[in-house]
Amino acid sequence: MTQWKHQHLLGLQDLTAEDIELVLDTAQSFKEVSSRDIKKVPALRGKTVVMLFFEPSTRTRVSFELAAKRLSADTLNIAASVSSTTKGETLLDTARNIEAMNVDLMVVRHGTSGAPFILAQGLKCSVVNAGDGCREHPTQALLDLFTLKEKFGRIKGLRVGIVGDILHSRVARSNIWGLTKLGAKVTVCGPATLMPRGIEAMGVEVCYDIRKLIKNSDALITLRLQKERQQDKFLPSLREYGRLFGINREKLAEGSDELIVMHPGPTNRGVELSAEVADGKQSVILDQVTNGVAVRMAVLYLVLGKHDM
Amino acid sequence: MPSVQIMDQDAIRRAVLRMAHEILEKGGVKDLALIGIRTRGVVLAERLRTAIKGIEGKDVPGGTLDITLYRDDLTLVGPKPVVRETLIDFDITDKRIVLADDVFFTGRTIRAALDALVDFGRPALIQLAVLIDRGHRELPIRADFVGKNIPTAKSQNVRVFLGESDGQSDHVDVQGAV
Repeated sequence: MTQWKHQHLLGLQDLTAEDIELVLDTAQSFKEVSSRDIKKVPALRGKTVVMLFFEPSTRTRVSFELAAKRLSADTLNIAASVSSTTKGETLLDTARNIEAMNVDLMVVRHGTSGAPFILAQGLKCSVVNAGDGCREHPTQALLDLFTLKEKFGRIKGLRVGIVGDILHSRVARSNIWGLTKLGAKVTVCGPATLMPRGIEAMGVEVCYDIRKLIKNSDALITLRLQKERQQDKFLPSLREYGRLFGINREKLAEGSDELIVMHPGPTNRGVELSAEVADGKQSVILDQVTNGVAVRMAVLYLVLGKHDM
Repeated sequence: MPSVQIMDQDAIRRAVLRMAHEILEKGGVKDLALIGIRTRGVVLAERLRTAIKGIEGKDVPGGTLDITLYRDDLTLVGPKPVVRETLIDFDITDKRIVLADDVFFTGRTIRAALDALVDFGRPALIQLAVLIDRGHRELPIRADFVGKNIPTAKSQNVRVFLGESDGQSDHVDVQGAV
């Protein structure tokens, strides 16, 4: 079995297929811990994990925090609105000051692509990327991969469609890296204005017809339409987006009964997914959330190993 | 490195059968459950269960324990060891649990296993069955059922091979000079 050699987890771009498989296998073992009466193991006893979030988040932050706590690590939350960066301190200075209090790992979310790299270079502690700008959200992609593997028993050869605002989506990018490395066939689908030019170079196909995509997919990863990024007139209206690319029962019926629908959350009901699809039996959205804790436990466990040997 | 074989397939089979008898002698099958410590303890636990079924005609519950997350050297070892699944699908509270492992050495694995077990419930009794006891304890822990006692030097290496986990015929050997 491969050994984990990375001090940080900044993106799936930097990982090999074997690294990703190791995270998924380790997460499988950790999933059982959360089903116990006593949901705690002493693996990271005495370690301190700091969540440094410069963008709003509920799911990801809670998931990381539970993951760390179930491994017996101590956790600390810092939200950007109350941090000294609002007084003009730089990101790296804030992080260095926190690190000076002997923390072992920082989980970072930042609106600027590459921010976790700056921290990883400037800090001695481990850094885990919880989403940076439009670049990567590695743990989301890992939990999507874990969920796909759990439902289908494999990733290789799966036909996965990614639907929505590909241009701004870090979830899409991390998933494309992960899925293609593990041998899935990825098709991206969305409005032409939200489709980055040259995306085919990442090893994916592009499709503008959601019905065609549904007919030819084993799984759909739907992306949240980021309303906060839509002031620039990428779309005529949310309603039009919902009509053309939103998934409802009628469109879903054209695909296989085995097709599963995923969403990283938070869902805009009636835009990306209709309520009956989001709550339907083909939806695995809540399984994704459950698996997120196991996957993040695996990441924290592996990243906090010693790497200087 | 030269190695000396100290148990063959027949010796292991007889030892397991005797241990099964001893486990039954000390309390029958009432509330009995066997839990193997990964990896070869699981094989030993399975063989003990099969032997107990052969003797008493009753199935006793079995489980698998991975102690990696409870190791006391987790912060000292290099890259993190691989974690495998723990599978205990019955309530261990008020049960008589027999923990099974292949080689009993420092006692640290068993210490970790005890910590792990109490996170699952409160057994009435926990006993320990090992195929090989090679001495050199670093903790005040002893075994209740022993396949074979082997005096060793601390520098030596005791290797257990079992068909199910190692893909070769059962045997035990000792590697290295005294």
